[in-house]
Amino acid sequence: MYGEKAVELIRQLHRSPDGSLPPFNEDGIRQVLEEMRVLFEQNQADVNKTVDGAPGLFPGVQLRHAALERNKRCLLAYMFNRMERLRAMRWEFGSVLPPDIKYNLSEQEIQWFSRYNKSLAAYMRSIGGPSGGGLDLTQDLKPPKSLYIEVRCLMDHGEFETEDGTILLLKKDSQHFLQRSQCEHLIRQGVLEHIL
Amino acid sequence: MDDLDIEEGSDEEVEQMTAAEALAMVEKAWLNEKFSPELLPHKQDLVDVMLDQLNGMQENISRAKKGDLKASIHKMEIDRIRYVLASYLRIRLEKIEKFVHHLLEEEAELGEDVPSRMSPEELQHAKNFAANMETLFNDVVLRHMPRNLKKLEGSKVAASPNKDSYVFLQVQEQVDQVMVDTAGDQGDEAIDLEKGSQHIMRYRVVAPLINNDAVTLI
Repeated sequence: MYGEKAVELIRQLHRSPDGSLPPFNEDGIRQVLEEMRVLFEQNQADVNKTVDGAPGLFPGVQLRHAALERNKRCLLAYMFNRMERLRAMRWEFGSVLPPDIKYNLSEQEIQWFSRYNKSLAAYMRSIGGPSGGGLDLTQDLKPPKSLYIEVRCLMDHGEFETEDGTILLLKKDSQHFLQRSQCEHLIRQGVLEHIL
Repeated sequence: MDDLDIEEGSDEEVEQMTAAEALAMVEKAWLNEKFSPELLPHKQDLVDVMLDQLNGMQENISRAKKGDLKASIHKMEIDRIRYVLASYLRIRLEKIEKFVHHLLEEEAELGEDVPSRMSPEELQHAKNFAANMETLFNDVVLRHMPRNLKKLEGSKVAASPNKDSYVFLQVQEQVDQVMVDTAGDQGDEAIDLEKGSQHIMRYRVVAPLINNDAVTLI
């Protein structure tokens, strides 16, 4: 009662490590909303009684109202922080989410994600004016130290054609010396590993 | 990133400034944006010029011989400039999304002739982002709340930049009589900023000086 369930939601999210997303706790949210409904009804009843002349009920009303506001704030914080993590994943994984993460999302969050994607893509395309062709901001995440980097394949990826037309076979455990700009997205997908 | 310079790609530059100057300005804008707690006015022209430049250089290089040492050095240069640009825009986007309520409110209060902090595209994205967030909140929780709590009071819960945070800055032009309110009971104190000196100050005090290039954040 009085906001405990809502705090439990926040705790649950807080306990999960950064960069991961626990399953959407629909049941928890439903319980908090139910609690809010009950509190609100009690308040309504007490307010009506006070209007009719019953004394001493006002502090209770205030307490319940504070609990209501706290519940609201906690629910919003829960939603907002999940959204923030989801947003971070857009930058990390690109526009397609891995299935295990998608599994933990609610229907509405998936919708949010696709709308965010669309807006972001439209923005990135618009950079540099209509003729500029845009700039992919999700590339070049780290300052470039050298033009070529050494990478190791972590899985079989098949053939890969570089910008100048050479075709490489990316086999598991093979090592290559590639232009950083060309293999950055493969590194983020986990196909290649940057060897220092 | 201190030895950046682009020499040969610069001949198709038609603006009054040279490519090297433009680059220096981009870098300054980037650093200012990076270290300032709030969103600074956008430098869209600069970004456009720089992107043009990049595309030009890219073409020059594709004509060069394969394995030419000069070409790969230029390629490196392009990568670095692109990083600066992407990072600059990325930082702005992060701030826009974080302070979206605050910024849109500010935007609504602006007069007709006051330029916006955001470029039209950024503004569009900010609006989309805010609307999108509100839809999410509404659909999942707000819709089911008792009737007096259904509204999302953005200004109450949204984050706004902390203008009292401290920033490092370097003085580019002599500025006299900057009012700094000291902690405690001595009231305000006026100080002179000597050219070339470096300070740590509260952002609020120096915010106007950043916009007219008198100081840069470092």
